[in-house]
Amino acid sequence: MLDQLQKLGATALGVAERLGRGHLFLWHVLGGFPALLPRFGLVINQLFSVGVLSLLIIAVSGLFVGMVLALQGYNTLVDFGATESLGVMVALSLVRELGPVVGGLLFAGRAGSALTAEIGLMKATEQLSAMEMMAVDPLHRVVAPRFMAGILAMPLLAAIFSALGVIGGYFVAVGLLGVDEGAFWSQMQAKVDLYEDILNGVIKSIVFGFVVTWIAVFEGYDAVPTSEGVSRATTNTVVHGSLAVLGLDFILTALMFG
Amino acid sequence: MTNPDTKTERYESASEPVDEPLVQIRDLVYCRGERTIFDGMDINIARGKLTAIMGPSGTGKTTLLRLIGGQLRPDAGTVHVDGQSVPELGYRSLYELRKRMGMLFQNGALLTDLNVFDNVAFPLREHTQLNETMIRDLVLMKLHAVGLRGARDLMPSELSGGMARRVALARAIALDPMMIMYDEPFTGQDPISMGVLVSLLRTLTDALGLTSVVVSHDVQESLSIADYVYVISAGKVVEHGSPDDLRQSQSSWVQQFIQGKRDGPVPFHFPATDYADDLFGGGN
Amino acid sequence: MMHSRSVQIWVGLFVVAGMAALLMLSMKVSNISAFTESEGFEVTGYFENIGGLKVRSPVTMAGVVVGRVANIGFDKDSYEAVVTLNIQNEYDNIPVDSSASIFTAGLLGEQYIGLEAGGAEEVLKAGSELELTQSAIVLEQIIGQFLVSQADKE
Repeated sequence: MLDQLQKLGATALGVAERLGRGHLFLWHVLGGFPALLPRFGLVINQLFSVGVLSLLIIAVSGLFVGMVLALQGYNTLVDFGATESLGVMVALSLVRELGPVVGGLLFAGRAGSALTAEIGLMKATEQLSAMEMMAVDPLHRVVAPRFMAGILAMPLLAAIFSALGVIGGYFVAVGLLGVDEGAFWSQMQAKVDLYEDILNGVIKSIVFGFVVTWIAVFEGYDAVPTSEGVSRATTNTVVHGSLAVLGLDFILTALMFG
Repeated sequence: MTNPDTKTERYESASEPVDEPLVQIRDLVYCRGERTIFDGMDINIARGKLTAIMGPSGTGKTTLLRLIGGQLRPDAGTVHVDGQSVPELGYRSLYELRKRMGMLFQNGALLTDLNVFDNVAFPLREHTQLNETMIRDLVLMKLHAVGLRGARDLMPSELSGGMARRVALARAIALDPMMIMYDEPFTGQDPISMGVLVSLLRTLTDALGLTSVVVSHDVQESLSIADYVYVISAGKVVEHGSPDDLRQSQSSWVQQFIQGKRDGPVPFHFPATDYADDLFGGGN
Repeated sequence: MMHSRSVQIWVGLFVVAGMAALLMLSMKVSNISAFTESEGFEVTGYFENIGGLKVRSPVTMAGVVVGRVANIGFDKDSYEAVVTLNIQNEYDNIPVDSSASIFTAGLLGEQYIGLEAGGAEEVLKAGSELELTQSAIVLEQIIGQFLVSQADKE
């Protein structure tokens, strides 16, 4: 009994300690942001690996999610004779929820895991240590550009996801199911609000990008420098990143639309 | 056996600051978790000399280099480099000090996403405002010094272990530091690249007036080039002196270490119960 | 940096695609009129029952959207709903005695305010009050009345 209690206490202390380290880490990395502006090339290189390389999976997923939404929504709406509202349904689901959330999950799986593995391997092969000894702060030189790239890339990826989803939904609704094209767009425009829906979706995606990238770079930097440690850190990034996205989504939705 | 008193005198009588050792370590204690790695170590590293620190695997030789470089903080004792107390330095002054130190990691630790040229150029681009032509000239000079000017376009993954270490060496001397620390530079090398590295270490130390610290358990190579040798074991300095002093050391432990005997004060067997008891009395 | 040119081109394309997606979402998917909407004047009206009217519901005249509901409040003295309408500046010639009614788009659709022009010379301006208002038609009440009238007939 006492042993179990001790174990619980030790786990709680470990979690608290890690959280504390994560925040100190964040603080230190953010301190490197001003120095990045004159050397934006570093961020651009990372935008390539974080953003461009995630583009394909985001684009394809967005298109298919939009198409499926239209198909499923049609089956429900047709019973009420409200198929003109299909556009509204597709667009609202995408910009409010699916764009940021599914985009965030894919981002954690594609870009987050790659970031963790890359930084973890740099640690395991002593590249980070070597940089420190060359008087180059790896948190500023390696982590900060990746972090900034993640924060910048995520809203763009979520927007691309939503936009392609709407286009996919349009093709299915108008092309396949014969929904009136004018009604599809006009109902959508009447109901979707720039601030209430689109801006809130963008805010969500920025928050998700920040948190997922933070988790990814911290897991990599904090990884046990062995191949096993790096692989565990990579798994952690995907699991914790996805949970964080879903949990935060609930909180943000409650705050924004509740 | 060397007389410790004369050693102490030799260092402490040096009153002029120029002759003061570049690195002074006093009463160093460092623990990792429950384990005590260093338990009251004193080490002096003289300027412009090649000092070898030897000891069996797992005695924390790499840890010692990290303590000198300020990546770790000692639990007690002092580490002074060029008159500055390393553990007490703030972020900025520590990074300023590190610009004047080079460190060669065991596997080179080259940045894998940059080619050889960019790896050597890395510290120059980070710390200087030199234009690209100047950087190019400097990088080629450093690469020439390690004999790899022709390999400038290769990626680290295309280099052999010895070549990677030589590139890392070129990178370490890129900023013309006052000292370089070598972490196990000879481990796992074939005889040719070992020979290349050994002579390179000696020539660089002499030609650039560098202070070199070599951490190694390759006894013969280290003894052949070092000016001064420390042997550490179990967190303490066991013996120190010139290579010749060491070869004539009376300590049977040092003799076992230097000559690589199988058995001696360090037993072949890990401490265990009696062999016969274990075999025939087991399973009760 | 190797391939730095193609990396930059790709990143450029990525940023352009992201911006285009955002632009499409705001122009094509949502009502961009939200930009111009704030430039209007506000008038108020008292309604006995606003039904399902919400902030941002459209205000129409002859079926054309001329503004949106900016705020909905409750008057403690008269126990009526106070609805603030934001009318776009270009519609500055609406007679002051126009009537406002709450309608429902379709049988189950959302509710909106329909304005019907009056005959006065004076026009609505910021701070004006709409005197003639008609409450929302609450479906349950109508059904209830219908049932009662059917029962009376028999």
